[in-house]
Amino acid sequence: MTQVTPQPTAIAGMTGRAATIVLIVLALAAALPLVLSNYQVGLATEMLIFGVLAMSIDILAGFAGRTSLGHGAIFGVAGYVVVYASAQAGLPPAVAFLLGMIAATLVAVIFGLLAVRTSGVYFLLLTLALGMIVWGICLRWTQVTGGENGMRGDVRPAFLVSHRAFYWAVLAAVTVVSYAMWRFVRSPFGLTLLGIRDSESRMRSLGYNVSLHLFVGFTVSGFFAGIAGALYAMFNNFVSPSTVALAQSVEGVLMMIAGGVGTLFGGFVGAAAIIALENVVSAYTERWQMVLGVTFILIMIFAPEGIIGTLRAILTRKGR
Amino acid sequence: MSTFQLLNGLTFAALLFVVASGFTLIFGLLRIVNLAHGALYLFGGYVGFAVATKTGSFALGGLGAMAAIAAIGFVLDQGLLRFVRGNDLRQVLLTLGFAFVLDDLALVIWGGDSFTVPIPQILRGGVRVFGVFYPTYRLFVLVTGIVVFAALWMLLNHTRLGALIRAGVDDAEMVEASGVNIRRVFLVTFLLGSALAGLGGLMGGAFLSLYPSADAEILVFSLAIVIIGGRGSLIGVGVGSLLVGLLNTLGQVMFPELAYFVIFGPMAVLLAFRPLGLFGRAAST
Repeated sequence: MTQVTPQPTAIAGMTGRAATIVLIVLALAAALPLVLSNYQVGLATEMLIFGVLAMSIDILAGFAGRTSLGHGAIFGVAGYVVVYASAQAGLPPAVAFLLGMIAATLVAVIFGLLAVRTSGVYFLLLTLALGMIVWGICLRWTQVTGGENGMRGDVRPAFLVSHRAFYWAVLAAVTVVSYAMWRFVRSPFGLTLLGIRDSESRMRSLGYNVSLHLFVGFTVSGFFAGIAGALYAMFNNFVSPSTVALAQSVEGVLMMIAGGVGTLFGGFVGAAAIIALENVVSAYTERWQMVLGVTFILIMIFAPEGIIGTLRAILTRKGR
Repeated sequence: MSTFQLLNGLTFAALLFVVASGFTLIFGLLRIVNLAHGALYLFGGYVGFAVATKTGSFALGGLGAMAAIAAIGFVLDQGLLRFVRGNDLRQVLLTLGFAFVLDDLALVIWGGDSFTVPIPQILRGGVRVFGVFYPTYRLFVLVTGIVVFAALWMLLNHTRLGALIRAGVDDAEMVEASGVNIRRVFLVTFLLGSALAGLGGLMGGAFLSLYPSADAEILVFSLAIVIIGGRGSLIGVGVGSLLVGLLNTLGQVMFPELAYFVIFGPMAVLLAFRPLGLFGRAAST
């Protein structure tokens, strides 16, 4: 169990030292666009958005012991709704964004209702199947979703059109969302999820309603994935079936694992690593899918604790 | 539903059965959820297509597809999965990575065009059954599905290997303790399951055609069937395939664009009442 004793010098729930580190990281992140090219700022924005997706998956995987392969679909639904609402229905960006978040949360509610009845591999299978049903609908329901061609639409409000302005907006949103997620997993509710991960039967006999906790956990996690999806739609101004495809869920899970299961903020490290890799690889070959697959296999065999976890393990071994 | 649509549903169910039976055999005995199964299906279809067009023989195409996919299965099981044995989650995610590699490999070799496996002369055209004129090939698929079911039934219930597999599904450790080389039984099952995916690929490739996302579609159906039928039960796969095949056809008739959604219903209902599926039993370990 994590240490929960309140610190005397706590700032917003963080220790003084942690708060200082967070402020430095934030200041560095905010200064990035001043030194990077527009293209690199775009990449950094993408890393932040996918970091949130990876963290939302980590809420379930790291803290409730349930790895979801359906979060890419929740993420994508938010994107579809945002683009549809603004480009087809002509709603203002803020309303579209809100609708996207609501839609993603609703999908998470449906997924959650079904998925909390299962655990282990069955949970994985079910979330995978549910996610693929969403993908199938986006692919086939051509009238609404544009089928294989997807949908295009200028979603960003005028003041966020420049790369830098959008990056800062995303950074601000991601900071708030990350803080919310961090508070969530450290709350009594989050600790109950940890308890469920470690021993479902014990939590049940202690009188906790395990299914209800998992359901709420799933919904909250889906809500955050939805925010990431809505941000991504604004970033790309475009959605297509590949936004909701299994590959999206898989990339999210891979980022989460690469960053370290249960580390929460490791999601950003994982997202940065995978997106950087994708960019380097794409410069040399079109076979990103294959490299992604191979990376996945290698991580599963050699570094299941994630890059950070494995490095830490190697360092402690050397330190002794 | 008209007779024609009913036959469509049944033939589709027969194809699904061939693919999903391989999936559930591996899931049931080895506890490995092989998410590369869809990719194996597609790859099998492509190999079968290549062999069948080169040799002009559909039967050789089938044999080639089964042999090639069994060989790929061998590589997956012995070359990769052996490193992560006993860890469900790592196994599943590893097979997923393998599926990505296989899919991309298929895209490199055969490109993104869609192919249809050539049907042999005697199976072309149609015949009159139950008062409708129906494509001979699809009836052939239906018969093949029934033959595969019967063969698996015989294998599982009337051979020593079958007895070992059934015993392994219930308690693999106990089988091993009684002096059986369970690893070899596992390997044979894995190869058999893979070969069935390859066979399914060839059969499906002749009437559903082969294209880059066909693997994902067949994987969803297989997952739905296993979720509905339960782990490691042959009857479960049979019933699940019939249900999914018929519902999918019905869905395509009634709401063509949302057909996918229709299989979601029974899955949801079933999970609410029987989380382990119609014929599934709780794992003993």
